Amino acid sequence: MTSLMPPAERIWWNVPIGREEIVWIGLALVWCLILFFMMPYWHIYGKQNLSNEAYQTTPAKFGEKVQAGIDQYTVREEVGIPVVHPPAGSDVYMLGRLWQWWPILELEKDKTYRLHLSSMDWQHGFSLQPVNINLQVLPGYEMVLSITPDQAGEYAVVCNEYCGIGHHTMLGKIYVKE
Amino acid sequence: MTDTPTNPNEERKERIPALQALIDNPFLLLFIGVAMPTVFYIVWGIMEIVTIPVAP
Amino acid sequence: MAQFRTCPDTGLYFHKSAESLIKVNAVAGVVALLLAGVLALGVVLTRWQGVHLLPADQFYLALTAHGLNALIFWLIFFEIAILYFASSTLLRCRLATPGWAWLGFLLMVAGAIMTNVAIFQGNSSVMMTSYVPMQAAPHFYLGLILFAVGALVGVFVFFGTLVIAKQENTYEGSIPLVTFGAVTAAIIAVFTIACGAIILIPTFLWSIGYIGHIDAAMYRVIWWGLGHSSQQINVAAHVSVWYLIAGVIFGARPMSEKVSRGAFLLYILFLQLASAHHILVDPGISSEWKVFNTSYAMYLAVLASMIHGLTVPGSIEVAQREKGFTKGLFEWLRKAPWENPVFSGMFMSLVTFGFIGGITGVVMGTEQINLIIHNTIYVPAHFHATVVTGSTLAFMALTYLLIPVLFRRQVILPSWAKLQPYIFTGGMTIMILFMLGAGTLGVARRHWDMDFTGALLSFEYAPMAYTLMAIGAAGGVLGILGGAMFVLITVGSLLFGKKLEPSAGLLQSFGKPLAASAYSKVQPERLPMPPKLAWEEHGSAGFEAPGTFVLAMLLLVSFIVYYFINWNYLASVWPLG
Repeated sequence: MTSLMPPAERIWWNVPIGREEIVWIGLALVWCLILFFMMPYWHIYGKQNLSNEAYQTTPAKFGEKVQAGIDQYTVREEVGIPVVHPPAGSDVYMLGRLWQWWPILELEKDKTYRLHLSSMDWQHGFSLQPVNINLQVLPGYEMVLSITPDQAGEYAVVCNEYCGIGHHTMLGKIYVKE
Repeated sequence: MTDTPTNPNEERKERIPALQALIDNPFLLLFIGVAMPTVFYIVWGIMEIVTIPVAP
Repeated sequence: MAQFRTCPDTGLYFHKSAESLIKVNAVAGVVALLLAGVLALGVVLTRWQGVHLLPADQFYLALTAHGLNALIFWLIFFEIAILYFASSTLLRCRLATPGWAWLGFLLMVAGAIMTNVAIFQGNSSVMMTSYVPMQAAPHFYLGLILFAVGALVGVFVFFGTLVIAKQENTYEGSIPLVTFGAVTAAIIAVFTIACGAIILIPTFLWSIGYIGHIDAAMYRVIWWGLGHSSQQINVAAHVSVWYLIAGVIFGARPMSEKVSRGAFLLYILFLQLASAHHILVDPGISSEWKVFNTSYAMYLAVLASMIHGLTVPGSIEVAQREKGFTKGLFEWLRKAPWENPVFSGMFMSLVTFGFIGGITGVVMGTEQINLIIHNTIYVPAHFHATVVTGSTLAFMALTYLLIPVLFRRQVILPSWAKLQPYIFTGGMTIMILFMLGAGTLGVARRHWDMDFTGALLSFEYAPMAYTLMAIGAAGGVLGILGGAMFVLITVGSLLFGKKLEPSAGLLQSFGKPLAASAYSKVQPERLPMPPKLAWEEHGSAGFEAPGTFVLAMLLLVSFIVYYFINWNYLASVWPLG
């Protein structure tokens, strides 16, 4: 019952530690350091890192930027949603609102874009499927990240932050062309 | 009073190592246990948010 | 004058006021668990796409209520009971200010009821996280604030009891390890509750119109100081419960006080930083902040958990070897009392928490890997391994111990009780593993419809995702069945269990003290230090617990393999930066 009783020694700090525990602590500590240094390592050598670039904004201000992109680069419409094909390597804008990702983007394979994301109202979750890249989208903040689609195809943007009763209908689309 | 098996004066003879003294002191632990996350998580985190630049 | 009774079976001393408070807090916790379990059935049967039981609004309502009742109300009520037990009972000390403790309890009950009422009225289906600017009814927040204030009162009653025990000299030397674990939980609770107050009070004022705007990013950072740290209270508490049960069942002594207490110290210093796990894909917060906080400052709290993962079973192995179970590496484990739910629950809690909860937690808490996991169903799968098969299972095991010791009742349906931890763990583990798989396929958490019915655009998950979710949900139903057995056995034992001497009446099982004759006004004998043990060699090659060491290596290898599998998966997605 001694875990329910005081330590057997008054100065328990000086009681020597068993070999097994020392070995285990050593192994675990090395592993913990590897766990830690993998993150900076990946920042330097890995290709999937989240940028720290972001701005304070307002729904109105961000909405204007999205609209400017739509005005300039819309190539067609799909179920009433504009499909925007911006120049390769440019800034592209997408907004989340109840319950839509707006507009649809058409990107080119292996080109790098600066994707700007923000919300018009509540919090949303940008979940690119089936690639499975997931980002938090907040009202009042514009997140900017560079993305390089490396496979052609049709991708969905699922909202994976609960945003009310129509949450499950909130889908967006990104096309990647060869 | 209950009788104490050890003489309190005897207890103080051997110096308690600093880390044991820390671990034996719940209020010191409470202080550092609240201060650590407050400084590194909360305060630093709030600084990060308030220094986000305004969109051009 | 304080009144105490001795438990004739364990020799534990119960202060009359503390005893009643431990009982009412534990019972209130089980009531919240019951509610959470019923709601869980609605949740899993809806996410099982083939059944799809509830309509969207009821699903989100049930999910909100399930989250708060399970993650906050059940666990914190039970933890307040553990704090009072670990201070008053273990230190043989009267509880500080029982009046305040009762006030705290009543505030917690009032708060829990108020928040539940708000949710069931239907206009507060905002999930446990209640992310702004989505707004709940004002009494949703007010209930949480009252609950938090009540819990804080309880935590300070615990600290007050430590002071009294010291002043009145009720124990020799340092406090017991289990009590030190409770100190760790209490310290984390103070930070948790402070964060809750900082963010929920303004949010409440916003909900009644006194404040115009709450910043979404700010809310998330501070709210997770509450939301994640509250789960760290559970970790500290259930690790203490592991040590406690190892001590009671096996007479195990900690392998090293220094190592185990040092590991708790690492929790105190670093565990709470992991609130950052939820902020890893948020805009605008620097990678430096994310890397430092998400890694508990170089994974020092993970180190602590890995240490407990060795020392708890290690102390059991040493105790078993002393009893003569020395054959091979694992006789000590094979011949452990697997039919005793106190032990089986505790040991499965240890294994599932370490192998599933711990490993997945570190993987998804890695800054970059979080990109492929954030807000998928992988996240609830992870935390069901920590708080359900980890904390809840450990607390269930402790409850089987407390029914005779604290409530003085025999456990009814002993053959059910024997099976219950296995059914619960088995079902929940199936659910967790298959949900982890579905999360890897991108299935969203907190999502009513995998078919996206009514959406303008369309998307189909891989057919495998549906299969995984269905099997997972079936496992969940089995787990809920195990939970129902627990509630039935517990409540049934308190009501109809055979009374043990000194006996308890019907009402007394719940809140009131036992028969007056059970109590004495004599201050219990001072809690002594146990006799020193001479160093004895029981294991091999200088290893006291070689079997445990092999298990620990198995954990490490699984950890390493699974960790790099996930990096490999990350490397396959679109480059981004």
